[in-house]
Amino acid sequence: MSAPTSATSGGKKAKSQVGWWATIRLLRESPAGMVGAGIVVFWCLVAIFAPLLAPYAPNANQFDVGPVASPSFQHWLGTDDQARDILSRIIFGSRIVLTIAPLATLCAYVVGCLIGLLAGYYRGWVDTLLMQVCNIILSFPVLILYVIIMVKFGPSALNIIAAVTFVASPQVARLVRSQTLELREREYVAAAKMRGESAWYIMLVEILPNARGPLIVDACLRTGYTAITIGLLGFLGVGLRPPDPDWGGMIKDTYGFLLGGQVHMALAPAFALSSLVVGFSLLADGLREISLRD
Amino acid sequence: MADATPGNGPVLELDGARISYFTRAGEINVIPGVSFRLNQGEAIGLVGESGCGKSTVAFAIARYLGGAGRLMGGRILFEGQDMARMSESELRRIRGSKLAMVYQDPMSSLNPVMPVGRQLMEVSIIHQGAGEAEARRRALQLLDEVKLPEPERMFERYPHQLSGGQQQRVVIAMALMAEPSLLIMDEPTTGLDVTVEAAVLDLVRELRRKHNSAIVFISHNLGTVVRICDRIGVMYGGELVEEGAITEVFRNPRHPYTRGLLECIPVLGSDKRAQPLVPIPGQVPSALLRPVGCIFAPRCRHEDETRCRSGKVATAGVSGEDGHRVQCLRAAELAPWQRPHAVATTAAATAKAEPMLEVLNLKKYYRQSASIFAGGGDYDVKAINDISMSAGRGMTLAIVGESGCGKSTLAKVLTGLETATDGTVVLEGAEIGGVRVENRPRAMKRKLQMVFQNPESTLNPSHSVGYAIERSLRRLKGLTSRQAREESRRLMEIVKLPVDFVTRKPRQLSGGQKQRVAIARALAGDPDLLIADEPVSALDVSVQASIINLLMEIQAARQATLLFISHDLSVVRYLADWVAVMYLGKVVEFGSVDEVFAPPFHPYTEALLSAVPIPDPDRQQKRIVLEGAMPSSANPPRGCPFASRCARKIGTVCETTPPPEIVTSGGHRIACHIALDDLRKIEPIISPTAH
Repeated sequence: MSAPTSATSGGKKAKSQVGWWATIRLLRESPAGMVGAGIVVFWCLVAIFAPLLAPYAPNANQFDVGPVASPSFQHWLGTDDQARDILSRIIFGSRIVLTIAPLATLCAYVVGCLIGLLAGYYRGWVDTLLMQVCNIILSFPVLILYVIIMVKFGPSALNIIAAVTFVASPQVARLVRSQTLELREREYVAAAKMRGESAWYIMLVEILPNARGPLIVDACLRTGYTAITIGLLGFLGVGLRPPDPDWGGMIKDTYGFLLGGQVHMALAPAFALSSLVVGFSLLADGLREISLRD
Repeated sequence: MADATPGNGPVLELDGARISYFTRAGEINVIPGVSFRLNQGEAIGLVGESGCGKSTVAFAIARYLGGAGRLMGGRILFEGQDMARMSESELRRIRGSKLAMVYQDPMSSLNPVMPVGRQLMEVSIIHQGAGEAEARRRALQLLDEVKLPEPERMFERYPHQLSGGQQQRVVIAMALMAEPSLLIMDEPTTGLDVTVEAAVLDLVRELRRKHNSAIVFISHNLGTVVRICDRIGVMYGGELVEEGAITEVFRNPRHPYTRGLLECIPVLGSDKRAQPLVPIPGQVPSALLRPVGCIFAPRCRHEDETRCRSGKVATAGVSGEDGHRVQCLRAAELAPWQRPHAVATTAAATAKAEPMLEVLNLKKYYRQSASIFAGGGDYDVKAINDISMSAGRGMTLAIVGESGCGKSTLAKVLTGLETATDGTVVLEGAEIGGVRVENRPRAMKRKLQMVFQNPESTLNPSHSVGYAIERSLRRLKGLTSRQAREESRRLMEIVKLPVDFVTRKPRQLSGGQKQRVAIARALAGDPDLLIADEPVSALDVSVQASIINLLMEIQAARQATLLFISHDLSVVRYLADWVAVMYLGKVVEFGSVDEVFAPPFHPYTEALLSAVPIPDPDRQQKRIVLEGAMPSSANPPRGCPFASRCARKIGTVCETTPPPEIVTSGGHRIACHIALDDLRKIEPIISPTAH
């Protein structure tokens, strides 16, 4: 008989496993991505094991060496103007930045995805309205917007997250909207409509997962930028409340000593911050590189 | 042997060319060795399923394999010169002047920000050192030669202002600017409508005679190769399994793969009651898993286990046929080839069935806002402009027509993805034309399902096969997840997919497999009406046959009505019971399949039929060239929509008065001013020749 068997026989072997593990395995082939992942993992480990790694309590005054001590074997990076061990403060500071930055990015993504999905899926007046609101927010100078929000609502971790969400979600929304506009025309969306799926199901289950490629890359990059923002707010004095260690705040407290020759005091936290940001950007590059393949 | 002086020796000679790609997985030898020669003025057609290495050979000839590809052995001689030894600057001089390529998608071959005339001139200026005036003169001459209307005006146009067929003509003109001695055409007509394709093929054939270029013509469509080439090379798994003169290969194919290719396509004129399509089982092996011995053996019906699998098969000549070579051990043992005859059962198989779908005076207009600068008010694009048709239970109704005729819009209105502007669509007594799919009751959604065109976008890449089918079962039939899981296994059996595919993601499936999943998904609710919008047009012919067989089996088993939208008239002739021919939002002809495909027919149907490339060099086909393009559906003609291109126009009445609908006793409707008796006198398109 001439039963059509063409598609049934053989069958390709599954090329790669699906999921995160496959992504990580693929990432090994991108040198930039591996370096980035290494830096990010390093800082994550530092944050997790901070109490074990830090030689001193971050807020304890080291009266035995006094303020503004030069690096020594007891205090590898010396002490700051309040005689606190700089290394310990950097180590504990990583906890703050690595908690707030991902959380803030996550919040921005939740809000941004919702706005972008609604605008891109419904189009028409919904799109016009949402995108106009986004454009108004985007047209503000970002820095001024941050400062206004922080000054108005006061410095706290929660307010930093709220401010980042407010400023970044329109940018996320634009990205999600453009992806949605393209993906909503796919035939599988039409098929979903034809079996009577709700609009929310289509947006969240049919469309959003397929937009994940560019979104993951952007989220990675954005987490790095958010780390800068947190540092910046700390430097401007509207970030977290002292005395908890915050890299931006540490730079602010010590940059006056740059001229006095105690260069390491401000540069050490600045280096910590920039290495983390570079780590995130390299990781984003690597993810973009592997997403272009296959 | 190849002579160093051009003109004497072959233009192109491939001598055991071995091509590999280097990837993360290491070396992948895609072409183990291909040899053929091409003389001045000769045209060879390379055919085969996708993944057989046709395009790789084409790129290798131009030494344009990119960073990953490399010629690992053998030689490629172009006019006696070894391509592998040429320097970059020598290659640059040859490419575009002596050796030109035409690809499938003309839009990506043209620079979108430069007028086409300018792009043509560049060829002359760069390769022939011509001056501005000389280059311009030559460009205009070529635009005229490729039969573009008003070359002077075309010269100033940008690519996006041209239609797809016109763009491809410009690309061909560009390829011919420097009088190349070799022209490589890679699926040059694949994206074009059948009538446009026919016109481009005619053009290529004519230019070939005029310019005496050698042509390597790559196509998956055997019919187009017959129109252009005098020799054919059948490629399978990176090897040239059979090569010879067109007439010899088609009359006496010796390789089982060539026979398979010829058996799996419907011959225009045959239908499903006459003979089944024979798909080639299995699929093209990956270059990494090439079988030992004959590469086609795992899919071959004539395989001899001991001999075919033991060692490499040598290429041997076919006795008595000069230049006909075949790579098969059993070539001489195979029975003589029986060409599939065009057999149609003219019996009234289209007996009246109880009505399922009734479309009456359906209109679908898309409102367009006028540009603020252009002035004037809003206007309508009349995608569907007053059409009526019907389909009975268990019948197959095919909708044919060129792109832009409204056939896909019709599918959207039927499925409720769009709503009708006016008119009625009645499915088993219920009016659905004005009801969006969101507002249709579940029973109605269950009744009407659709199989989409593009296997790449029909399945959600994030969802597994099992999820896709089970979700449909749960939504359409209200099954619990356990019932759905069991039922989905049954559906997968029906569409002949292995059960362990449930966990696979779409990217782990081939195109045909994806389309099977899509069919299973559409079948989840036991639909009474299944709409299939070009379900096989993106698939290889061998897979196409099995999907068509599958659709027919399912339809027969469930007595479902199938609405089959297609531009491929051979498939329509084969599959359909009733046919509606659409043009510019109108149904110009409607009737049972044997009535529509034989005189009397509408002049447009006649033109469509004459454009179908027939994979049989011995059959005479009448050619009717359709000039011009379809008018805009924003401003359709007052009279007959087809009047502007009709070869049988009888006078101004065609342009001013809408044609009357001639209805014969059998329910055959033709919208034409020509009297029925005159239409009857039209001779058939294909005259069967004795052989």
